[in-house]
Amino acid sequence: MRLINRRPGRVLTAFLAALPFVLVMLAYMVGSDIRLAENPSDKLMPAPAQIAATAERLLTEPDRRSGRILFWYDTAVSLKRLAIGVGLAASTGLIFGLLIGLLPHIRATFSGFVAVISMVPPLALLPILFIVFGLGELSKVVLIVIGITPFLIRDLSQRTLEIPREQIVKAETLGASTFTIALRVALPQVLPRLIQSVRLSLGPAWLFLIAAEAIASDLGLGYRIFLVRRYLAMDVILTYVIWITLLAFMIDWALKVLARRAFPWTGASL
Amino acid sequence: MSFVTVRDLFQSYGGRPILERINLEVEEGEFVSIVGASGCGKSTFLRLLLAEEQPSRGDIRIAGAEPAREPGRERGVVFQRYSVFPHMTVRENIVAGDSFTRPLGRFFGAARRAALRRADETLARIGLAHVADAYPATLSGGMQQRLAIGQALTARPRILLLDEPFGALDPGTRLSMHDFLTELRAQTGMTVFMVTHDLEEGFKLGDRVIVFDKPRWDPTDPEAYGATITYDFDARNGGIPFQTIKEETHVLRPA
Repeated sequence: MRLINRRPGRVLTAFLAALPFVLVMLAYMVGSDIRLAENPSDKLMPAPAQIAATAERLLTEPDRRSGRILFWYDTAVSLKRLAIGVGLAASTGLIFGLLIGLLPHIRATFSGFVAVISMVPPLALLPILFIVFGLGELSKVVLIVIGITPFLIRDLSQRTLEIPREQIVKAETLGASTFTIALRVALPQVLPRLIQSVRLSLGPAWLFLIAAEAIASDLGLGYRIFLVRRYLAMDVILTYVIWITLLAFMIDWALKVLARRAFPWTGASL
Repeated sequence: MSFVTVRDLFQSYGGRPILERINLEVEEGEFVSIVGASGCGKSTFLRLLLAEEQPSRGDIRIAGAEPAREPGRERGVVFQRYSVFPHMTVRENIVAGDSFTRPLGRFFGAARRAALRRADETLARIGLAHVADAYPATLSGGMQQRLAIGQALTARPRILLLDEPFGALDPGTRLSMHDFLTELRAQTGMTVFMVTHDLEEGFKLGDRVIVFDKPRWDPTDPEAYGATITYDFDARNGGIPFQTIKEETHVLRPA
């Protein structure tokens, strides 16, 4: 039987899915063991037990100076920045995507411009953002917006253009105006795509958020990681990295569920 | 003055002629089947009728009105695919035939309830009442095309354009769609243009069958000339015209 036709059973599927995680953890534990056996005060690969202890301390003990649990505070601040940035980018992307996709004049004006703008590396603009918008919240949000909006606009305008011409013509023969076509034909069909595009751009969004927080901030997940780097506090860094990964994964999963619930007509195509 | 008048219609894309010198008069209520080989401009002609494109020369008038510059409510259309809105339920698709002229493309309150009631009547007539709340993707090809026709008719167009509407259906479904279309036509008395690949279908449904072909052919440059209407058959009475005796006196009538 050909390999392409051999399928794992249910138990084997679960086992195979878990395998890479287990292997990575094993490799870490072995590596950590070897290093700690040689030098008990090694800081590069703390033992899993130590990471767990640190995580517990971070999650429950308040900061002695401010009295706040910094872990949750960092999370809230970072998530707020991410939400505002991604929200702004998504609304801009949706509006411009629809306009570029539907209106030939807007398309002629902006499609080339957006294609060029999307090639500007956002991180190279970061110094400009700090100079123009200061070191406060605004520059971090703006970095996320600048970073992912061009991608969203390009993707959504493409999706709008991909709506079959037949449907648009059909709507015209039913007497729909341009606005009605945008509202009742294009928008509902682009919304599920918006969620997909946002899912894809969440990776870059996190990247820009952490980069901005690492360089200039006094709160946030990225700031904390780069702060404790100075003390080689690998246990803290790893806790934060695992937490960020978990957050990103949960947001992605939530968006996937939302898309399936909110747009039942898309069926299995997403 | 006939209902649909096509006068000296030419269409070319980038200097390459597709259609040449097309003249056609169609009476109200006629069913015109359009047949011809692939790439002979049938679909281009339908797009011109639809006013989706503008002809290079000549014009198309419906009931003597000025030539249309974009598709509108006086022309209904059903394509081979993608004719219904996938994000609306079957019932909403029918309602859309009325509500798209509203400012927000929707009905509200009492008008909405009345529209839903009308839609349910339409669905009962076209035999889709049992799937009113389903999405089109879950329907069979024949049901989707029935929905598309019902939706187009909801807008009460002056002419109905069908672009190979049954081309993607299996033979059995196609036959039942023929009956469905014949019935609907008997009820509404619509003027219909149907592009089809299937000659039998064209003659079965149409009152007239017009054939598109290239009258001139340059073997060294096949694209030098465009197509025009080369035959215009009377397809009534099973394609054998002049069978109805019109004389009243001195005629021996069959018993």
